[in-house]
Amino acid sequence: MALSEEARARLAEDAAQIIGRYPRSRSALLPLLHLVQSEEGYVSQDGIEFCAEQLGLAEAEVTAVTSFYTMYKRQPVGEYHVGVCTNSLCAVMGGDAIFADLKDHLDIGNDETTADGKVSLEHLECNAACDYAPVVMVNWEFFDNMTPSSARELVDGLRSGADVSPTRGAPRLCSWRQASRILAGFPDGQATGGHTAGEATLAGLVAAREHGWTPGGPGHD
Amino acid sequence: MTSVLTPELSAHWDDADSFTLAGYRRVGGYQALPKALAMQPDQVIGVLKDSALRGRGGAGFPTGVKWGFIPQGDGKPHYLVVNADESEPGACKDMPTLLANPHALVEGIAIAGYAFRASHAFIYVRGEVLHVVRRLQHAVQEAIEAGYLGSKILGTDFSLEVIVHAGAGAYICGEETALLDSLEGYRGQPRLKPPFPAIAGLYACPTVVNNVESIATVPYIINHGAAEFASYGTEKSKGFGLFSLSGHVTRPGQYEAPLGTTLRELLELAGGIRAGHQLKFWTPGGSSTPLFTDQHLDVPLDYESVQAAGSMLGTRSIQLFDDTTCVVRVVLRWIEFYQHESCGKCTPCREGSYWVVQLLDQLEQGTGNESDLDKLLDICDNITGRAFCALGDSIQPSVSSSIKFFRDEYLRHLRHGGCPFNPAASTLFSMDAAR
Ligand SMILES: Cc1cc2nc3c(=O)[nH]c(=O)nc-3n(C[C@H](O)[C@H](O)[C@H](O)COP(=O)(O)O)c2cc1C
Ligand code: SF4
Ligand code: FES
Repeated sequence: MALSEEARARLAEDAAQIIGRYPRSRSALLPLLHLVQSEEGYVSQDGIEFCAEQLGLAEAEVTAVTSFYTMYKRQPVGEYHVGVCTNSLCAVMGGDAIFADLKDHLDIGNDETTADGKVSLEHLECNAACDYAPVVMVNWEFFDNMTPSSARELVDGLRSGADVSPTRGAPRLCSWRQASRILAGFPDGQATGGHTAGEATLAGLVAAREHGWTPGGPGHD
Repeated sequence: MTSVLTPELSAHWDDADSFTLAGYRRVGGYQALPKALAMQPDQVIGVLKDSALRGRGGAGFPTGVKWGFIPQGDGKPHYLVVNADESEPGACKDMPTLLANPHALVEGIAIAGYAFRASHAFIYVRGEVLHVVRRLQHAVQEAIEAGYLGSKILGTDFSLEVIVHAGAGAYICGEETALLDSLEGYRGQPRLKPPFPAIAGLYACPTVVNNVESIATVPYIINHGAAEFASYGTEKSKGFGLFSLSGHVTRPGQYEAPLGTTLRELLELAGGIRAGHQLKFWTPGGSSTPLFTDQHLDVPLDYESVQAAGSMLGTRSIQLFDDTTCVVRVVLRWIEFYQHESCGKCTPCREGSYWVVQLLDQLEQGTGNESDLDKLLDICDNITGRAFCALGDSIQPSVSSSIKFFRDEYLRHLRHGGCPFNPAASTLFSMDAAR
């Protein structure tokens, strides 16, 4: 893919905003890579060249940074990028079974995309949601307490264009590119919607209330 | 009866608008900031020192002391960097905190920035948590508009820019100096210490790196006073913190309690190990801490007691596994994680993690032999202390402790010619129902 002149000009304005946030321009490199990924769905050679140009760096320097971070994709992924946590805890609680089942169901392997371009699949490391294991992420939104069948339903919904909402996240799932744009620092207005705390997040608070242990309560001398 | 749980940070997480400025203010939010601004900056550092708050990011270094290391009057900009990279397997407390109440962090940032006279604060948040990033962006914007951040905060001469910076998927960027390299736009690789960040951190200027929970606790300390905070916990591990329970437990989740609480107490409130099963092993502080077993239910979960019992408190990331779980499988997967996340800078970790994975893999498949166990321990011994950063040192704990407690389980793999466990028995769903 090539970045059009129109896209370059538009992205250059965004880039100037991003660079302006930082005391030193090179700090803007990670958000700039998220930005070019939001345009093309991955970090293309053009994207790398664009970032290098904005920051006055060599393309090799930008490439070296890009390859260090797993969130930057060097080839297109699906409109919905599905990640299954297979770190130890999720794996044991069912993540391994879910991942195997999804590969089979979608007929793709790790790091591959369905032929319709809708869904790509990847196994993830711990996503800081172990109390909701097994965990699946779609475009970096939480789908908690999954099973093989709920995961199959989820990807079927994504492929058929059904309304899919995360179990903990924004009201509406956004596309991979939109997600990358938020990570570059351009909010999509969904911050105030969606979920705040799931059951596990509140487990301790609920238990404390049942025992009458409220803030500043007994035992607080 | 004294409280086992002390919901302070988590007290209002079930309010529908707990993440908004209005919701936070309704329950007393942003009262600590004007109090702090009315003190001398050094006085604020003094309060933190008196509270004895120890960093909640794992190492437990006293927060007030860290702030006190920032040289004053040096003519250089000072920076605060909040470590919201939470990626250690088992750690899952900071992301729910930020989803439910990002303003506690934002208020803490303003107070910390005032105390050690920072000009900029960065929130380095892992990128793989989109809604958390949205909530942080929103909270910072709300706080700027309300005059709690930005220039001339609450009419004083103190100004602080706050930047939400999303990472891009690299666990090593949670290590504070790798984080700084990443924030400067480089590959995230650890730096040699000393110099410590307090002297030469971001852009070679004095920098404090603190965990989300450390900074989010600051408003409480300013509001209630150092003595009240220090009245919780044990003699050397003061205060309260989030304990995250995950795995084969009836009610997994976040349990806020004083340091020194035991797993037995927490498990009772969490409904125990899942019905029909027994606790087999657990981590007190995530995958980098030596395993505990059911012999350790009464170890007070504070830094000193956990260490005396042979492990580390770390981030209070309690992963629980029952009798259906194969310990070799669990440990192998953790070491595969460290292998994958090794930044490659130093040989012991870069190469050693591959060797350990290979040996564990053979043992799991039942194709290794008994002497591999000694070889494993020997390799681990050669990584620990020789690695450039603490990621390399995280390889040994689970390997050594699992061999110590479950040597025979490794040998059963050899006798059995593979894993003797049925993975379907460990899942939280019935495999038949899932079809
Ligand atoms: C590999 C590695 C990953 C780490 N990840 C985190 C992290 O995600 N969050 C965190 O606060 N500290 C993490 N730490 C610890 C930090 O280096 C640092 O000690 C901490 O952020 C200091 O904050 P505190 O004093 O408030 O605890 C990590 C350390 C290592 C070695
Ligand atoms: S110990 Fe591992 S992560 Fe740390 S510097 Fe060495 S190679 Fe990098
Ligand atoms: S192990 Fe899957 S989210 Fe932590």
